[in-house]
Amino acid sequence: MNASCHGPGGGDTLAPGVPRVALLGNPNAGKTSLFNRLTGLRAKTGNYPGVTVARHVGSCEVGAVRFTVEDLPGTYSLEPISPDEEVVLDVLDGTIPGVPRPDVLAVVLDATTIRRSLRFLTQVLEKALPTCVVVTFTDELARRGGSLDVPALERALGVPVACVVAHRRGGHDELAAQLARWQEWPEPLLAPPTEGVEQSAWVESVLAAADYSAPHQDRVTGAVDAVLLHPLWGTLTFFAVMALFFQAIFVVAAPLQGYVESLFGWLGGLVADHVGPAWLASLLGDAVIGGIGGVLVFVPQIMLLFLLLALLEASGYLARAAFLMDRVMSTFGLEGRAFVALLSSFACAVPGIMATRSLPSARDRIATMMGAPLMTCSARLPVYVTLIGILVPRDSRVGPLGVQGLVMFGLYLLGAVSAMLTAALFKRIADRGAEPMPFYLELPTYRLPVPRSVLLAMWEPSKAFLRKCTTVILGTTLVLWMLLNLPLAGAAELRSAGLDPGDPADAAAVSAYVVEHSVAADLGRAVGPVFDPLGFDWRVNVAVLSSFGARETFVATLSQVDSAQQGATAAEDEPPGSDLGLSAGVVAALLVFYVYALQCVATMAAIRRETGSWRWPAVAWGYMFVLAWTMALLARTVTGWWAG
Amino acid sequence: MRRRGRRAGVEPSGTLADLAPGQSAEVVSVSAAQAPRTARRLAELGFAPGSRVEVVRQAPLGTPVLYRVQGYEISLRRTEAARIVVTRRTAPAGAR
Repeated sequence: MNASCHGPGGGDTLAPGVPRVALLGNPNAGKTSLFNRLTGLRAKTGNYPGVTVARHVGSCEVGAVRFTVEDLPGTYSLEPISPDEEVVLDVLDGTIPGVPRPDVLAVVLDATTIRRSLRFLTQVLEKALPTCVVVTFTDELARRGGSLDVPALERALGVPVACVVAHRRGGHDELAAQLARWQEWPEPLLAPPTEGVEQSAWVESVLAAADYSAPHQDRVTGAVDAVLLHPLWGTLTFFAVMALFFQAIFVVAAPLQGYVESLFGWLGGLVADHVGPAWLASLLGDAVIGGIGGVLVFVPQIMLLFLLLALLEASGYLARAAFLMDRVMSTFGLEGRAFVALLSSFACAVPGIMATRSLPSARDRIATMMGAPLMTCSARLPVYVTLIGILVPRDSRVGPLGVQGLVMFGLYLLGAVSAMLTAALFKRIADRGAEPMPFYLELPTYRLPVPRSVLLAMWEPSKAFLRKCTTVILGTTLVLWMLLNLPLAGAAELRSAGLDPGDPADAAAVSAYVVEHSVAADLGRAVGPVFDPLGFDWRVNVAVLSSFGARETFVATLSQVDSAQQGATAAEDEPPGSDLGLSAGVVAALLVFYVYALQCVATMAAIRRETGSWRWPAVAWGYMFVLAWTMALLARTVTGWWAG
Repeated sequence: MRRRGRRAGVEPSGTLADLAPGQSAEVVSVSAAQAPRTARRLAELGFAPGSRVEVVRQAPLGTPVLYRVQGYEISLRRTEAARIVVTRRTAPAGAR
């Protein structure tokens, strides 16, 4: 890693005086692998101010010269029709506050589609910034019987041309050295025509000068597509791939999550055993360790999802999956690429929301993000199991089917249908008045994934999730802990209530006493008017409030509140909460409430991260709360008629 | 499909959405009615007047349809393909 680009220092990517290189190109041109090569692990991801468009900036060092490299969103044109494309244009024009205009442009052209990408190059050259061209996939061009004379292309274009091949190191060092000499680059004599017949003529003359012959259709891709896009075999393969994909993030991640949970459980146990004051042990154990554990538990899923997604994307299958699913998704105003994000949300909305990055349109991303949290995620499962356990006797059956299982299936279905309808609604609102974005989806040649890019694609979102979400989630757990535990009950107060704080047999009763006299209990009573129509009493309210951090908390809190009421009399195999005397209508209302309510700080933090503002998490929380309340009321009423 | 047209090498104009997999045609124009930006983008993607387009295959549910244009493969929904006016030609082997 000598002449290339992994210099020291970290917080200097926005340093003034450092030349800024912007990478531009069509989607699938190999721009991101080039960016990864140039910047390695030193890239930072953020958002362009005010828009839902991710920004990737890194730095690169050649000898004594250092650059900032910015990977602009892939685009087919500088005539923008989407926010992502507008960002590219605005960056080139220097019109985004806080995002300086680049000094140098590097336009990445895929040699196998160069006839199309040269049209894009004419639009870039019109910007009259120092520009070089990076030709990629020349190896594939040669393999498919095409040819391109790169030095002749350089003479024809009048700008420096470098050639890089993704799987080899060759070319990257030369490109870096080329960039270092940017002040010596020749200027093109004349800007080429950017429109119509003149543009076509210019493109053809450049291709003729560069002795270009187009590649024939890739035989492997043609043969594989004949199977993978076949009406029968293609559909079967699609379902098999998606089933495996879903299994991996749902089932393979589960033991890994189990390890994380037991590690933090063990740490919590250490704190409980060795930290003196009970309140401090609870603060450290429940709030701090529990809070961090609650974040880390998502990491195996996120890493697996992004590993698989990167492999599917880099190999070319993701585009095929979108091609197969587009018709179905278009019913809901979305496009094929939204399918994977919504499917991932069955495991967890956090990776699902992060997977919306593959959608080219910001409107589609927002709509999908608003729908994704309604997909039944794994965190709802314990809540559903508990509540269904109260509502339906274990042995009740309809024919051969257990009613408990049927109710569970119904909840999954309700979540999925609601997610699609919500996404469709948000898409409609976003699209009103606007000219609809045309749908076009390139099916790239099947390619071997570049390991480095795949690993970076897995690592980068995981790192970002940890860094940005830890603070939010830890903060929320701390606040929740305080609500549930303050005011602190002194030993004297506990004794006067007939409890012995020193007696382990009274531990459950003590924590129950604390909860019952906590700020949260006051809040539970205060929000009574809101939840009264749903039939929730203050104890259920406390459990619902406590689960606004994370849904799983509901079960733990309910059992705590439950034991406060009943002492330790609950039978072993009874689900927590079965002694609360909740009517069937109230349990049904709770179930439906959990189908809809956005009770997950991690999801809100993920939406915040992807959209760059708190506006969308607030919208999501608000609409989902209203929906949850309304649908819960409906569920209670209907169940009331049916049971009564 | 009229045999007479076939023999002459040129068939009446239609849109890209009318073609079946395996057929090819030459783009005449892209209709800009109601959606000028879409029309422009389709031209930028290679569906410019004079370009040869071949229908590779359609998705199992009928749309989108995969086209081969300017040496690469891209799919469009039928609604977008219907904006592209083409002249059908019988493609002699090896002709570009």
